[in-house]
Amino acid sequence: MAGKSFFIDTTKCTACRGCQMACKNWNQNATVPTKNQGSYQNPPDLDGSTFKLVRYSEQEVDGKPAWYFFPDQCRHCLEPPCKDTIEGYVQGGVVQDEATGAVVYLEKSKEAPFDEVRSSCPYDIPRKGKNGQIVKCTMCIDRVSNGLLPACVKICPTGAMNFGDREAMLKLAQERLEKLKGKYPKAQLIDADQIRVIYLVVDEPRKYHKNAIASVNPGFIRKLLAGGLRKRDWV
Amino acid sequence: MTNHWNDLANSDCILAMGANPASNHPISFKWVMKAKDNGATLISVDPRFTQTSSKADIYTSLRSGTDIAFLGGMIKYIIENEKYFKDYVVNYTNAAYILGDKYDFKDGLFSGFDAEKRAYDSSSWAYVLDEKGIPNKDLTLQDPKCVFQLLKKHYSRYDMDTVSKVTGTPKDQLLKVYEAYAATGVPDKAGTIMYAMGWTQHTVGVQNIRAMCIIQLLLGNMGVAGGGVNALRGESNVQGSTDAGLLFHIYPGYLPVPSASVPTLADYNKKFTPVTKDPRSANWWQNRPKYMVSFLKTMYGDVAKPENEFCYAWLPKLQDGKSYSWLDLFDAMYRKEISGFFSWGQNPACSGGNSNKTRQALANLDWMVVVNLFDNETASFWKGPGMNPKKIKTEVFFLPCAASMEKEGSISNSGRWVQWRYKAQNPAGKSKPDGDIIVELFNEIRALYKKPGGAFPDPILNLKWDYATNHAFDPHKVAKAVNGYFLKDTTVGDKTYKAGDLVPAFAMLKDDGSTSSGNWIYCQSYNNEGNNMARRDNSDPSGIGLYPKWAWCWPVNRRIIYNRASVDPTGKPWNPKKPVVEFVGEVKDGKYVSQKWKGDVPDGPWYPLKNPDGTAREDGKLPFIMKPDGYGSIFGPGLKDGPFPEHYEPLECPVEKNLFGAQLINPVAVTYKTDKDVRMTCDPRFPFVGTSYRVTEHWQTGVLTRWLPWLIEAQPQVFVEMSEELAKLRGIQNGEKVIVESPRGSLEAVALVTKRFKPFKIHDQEIHEVGLPYHYGWVWPAEGGDSANLLTASVGDPNTRIPESKAFMVNVRKKGV
Repeated sequence: MAGKSFFIDTTKCTACRGCQMACKNWNQNATVPTKNQGSYQNPPDLDGSTFKLVRYSEQEVDGKPAWYFFPDQCRHCLEPPCKDTIEGYVQGGVVQDEATGAVVYLEKSKEAPFDEVRSSCPYDIPRKGKNGQIVKCTMCIDRVSNGLLPACVKICPTGAMNFGDREAMLKLAQERLEKLKGKYPKAQLIDADQIRVIYLVVDEPRKYHKNAIASVNPGFIRKLLAGGLRKRDWV
Repeated sequence: MTNHWNDLANSDCILAMGANPASNHPISFKWVMKAKDNGATLISVDPRFTQTSSKADIYTSLRSGTDIAFLGGMIKYIIENEKYFKDYVVNYTNAAYILGDKYDFKDGLFSGFDAEKRAYDSSSWAYVLDEKGIPNKDLTLQDPKCVFQLLKKHYSRYDMDTVSKVTGTPKDQLLKVYEAYAATGVPDKAGTIMYAMGWTQHTVGVQNIRAMCIIQLLLGNMGVAGGGVNALRGESNVQGSTDAGLLFHIYPGYLPVPSASVPTLADYNKKFTPVTKDPRSANWWQNRPKYMVSFLKTMYGDVAKPENEFCYAWLPKLQDGKSYSWLDLFDAMYRKEISGFFSWGQNPACSGGNSNKTRQALANLDWMVVVNLFDNETASFWKGPGMNPKKIKTEVFFLPCAASMEKEGSISNSGRWVQWRYKAQNPAGKSKPDGDIIVELFNEIRALYKKPGGAFPDPILNLKWDYATNHAFDPHKVAKAVNGYFLKDTTVGDKTYKAGDLVPAFAMLKDDGSTSSGNWIYCQSYNNEGNNMARRDNSDPSGIGLYPKWAWCWPVNRRIIYNRASVDPTGKPWNPKKPVVEFVGEVKDGKYVSQKWKGDVPDGPWYPLKNPDGTAREDGKLPFIMKPDGYGSIFGPGLKDGPFPEHYEPLECPVEKNLFGAQLINPVAVTYKTDKDVRMTCDPRFPFVGTSYRVTEHWQTGVLTRWLPWLIEAQPQVFVEMSEELAKLRGIQNGEKVIVESPRGSLEAVALVTKRFKPFKIHDQEIHEVGLPYHYGWVWPAEGGDSANLLTASVGDPNTRIPESKAFMVNVRKKGV
């Protein structure tokens, strides 16, 4: 399945949060009351009205400060475990768009057990929206199927957010990785062959965000599920 | 900006200092990242590690208020290591000028200081002139009295040890920055500076920027692609507001506002029209009388005639020796000298230094009119913290106005591009565009001057005022008046313009009353070719991102100013890979015989200084055409606090001594004397350096952005950033609310304990610094907190009178301790 992919180059992300705002704007998502909890990151986590969140992580590298930014969102797995989980309970709760590969939850997803769907995601993305439907990034399927870029990509000023045909994105990601490898030996693409949102990082992924990289290989989970073993059974 | 946003992509080395563009000018990083992709080095120098620093190749910190020490060390490094671009320095700067014997610098003071007046007499900063009245030069730069040698001597004191002790920047890191930036002092490399309020808002604000100008001139970085001195303006149209004369001391187009001792137009022209004896200097300001008369014709129309000096007498004059800046106005208000106030599109109760003084000043008014989008701390000051509404007599009127997307008009960005914007939707409710409010207001004022009448009615009754269509403000009529008209049939060359035609460009403006122009630098913005500001052709024949048909740029669509300095004296680009302009006139026997430039609109059509065979041309012109002498000013005798930048400590600082000299603070800094003007240096009650800044999500005092749910969700509350070391010292946990206090006020803020702030080693002592964003106010949201300007002082730069909001002293403590 070719479809579409994102390439998110964190070395170009300045945490301007244009993507976070554009996502709220396009989806006309509401806000939650927030407080500053000793970080720039807000809302503190993804929630029913926040599908895209810039995560801030302060690190020290060789005694010098580093500030890693991670624009977190659904990875649109090639073989999404959340889809298997939902479909284990209800048909018509989720679709995987053929043309793009976008994984989109539908209203019926509320009939699936939310906690189970959420814990089946290797990146901890699904959240409960209003009316109980499970929600997350839709890859702006309504925009993309009309020839537009996802809102978060359209607004990005620096080139951190990229979107296009999967092959082209993989190529772009690989080229950028090659360019940065010399200066950053730990540079890597995260789970690139499993997911449609390919992050380039220059340090260990978990230094950016604890769920930046799958804790268990998503393909592995899928195989377990395909074998009839539900996550609740083996956790 | 001498250059423009897109041009950042052309740079080989970008220094972000006194600015945090990744946070505060996020789109700029489109171009910064392009430069980095092409191999450029990004340097971030900031007291705290910022979003900009996170993308930098080199980051280092410095204590707030020590930029001149840092840059002075760089000047010394450039000179001593011969990193300067010698051909450029000799040919295009005043480095070779010889100064008189009276010039001196001793014990932290320049010659001519009057301690009683706290002012300089700058007569001893003059050059030695030859018999023709042109400064003597030593092109070898060896004369001990030449500018170059005096520069070298001045900064010889700025050795690494001393600089490091003052700034807190480790020596190895100073060297790293100096090496990287000085590497641009070759013909085919360009370095640029991105600075903002982190440089301007100091009692040495202008001199911070002067220090960088000196560096840019030494390295040959002015006028070239990827170079320049680039002010990142703090508001999207603040460039436009200064162009249009919003400040008290300038009329539109940077025409000085006269004082009472300049009573006639003849006096004005004499005082403000510079002269040069050097035939190679274009001295563009020699045209000032044309611009002034054209401005007066816009103001007073047919009533303005040669026999009444075009109604010059009607222009309001300043009182000699008196200043009317923001700080001065609120000081006068506090002292009850001002009784009425229009607060238009601003929120002074939060925006300037010493908010408690400002808020009390508002209570001393009889009336105040607030024009704004939303309620704010100025409009509602009377019910704010510490106020007793029953005792406040100020009558407040609130006029709701339209947001930028609810009206049509132009906006001038930092890069001087004037872009026309269309109206996206009608204003909400009864709010109106500012222009409509002004039209209605003026019509009413004029009616009152007719009956019952008032003092000095002539300028009001005779003001040319035809900017409405169907009783509503018409931005096209204003834009055309700003551009200017021919007022009688005029033939220029083989072309005849009719009375009523728009003037094509400012070279055609006259001082005889036959042309009008509301702002000469905008002449060409809206002419017979149409509204050039509305152009949206994104073609780029230059190949260096000039986009000459996108919108319009002042002056005369010149995208990079002083671009004649980007070529050598024969008119050929220093860097042929990124040519801005190039002289391409025909050559005969080694001499140019026709006049032609290609590329950007050159800084004047004249021939270059030399022919291809190296012979000098008498008709060639020097590149710095806005300077009377045509040279870039390494020596700058026009400022109030000295011809070379000197490090002085902020007016509140953590040290008792200035390691560079006996003078601790800028001796001519602006200070005030009310009971609210308290300052404490080296006081154990206020041991930490404080600074203020902005976040991406909020704009200015947040009057617009605090009401936008998505933005306030992302940055909901005022916070104070501090190092882990300081938090430990004060027993503060990350995320808890703490008290930040200065001698002038205090506020509650969320502690943001971070690795991105580190203690400084200053004069061998550990000094902590903290910082707060200034976007918040008590009106909204309820838990948002109040303004960081409760902490800052009403002290200012002697040249601009901008408040010193970036360096002051505070204490931070846990609540209840």
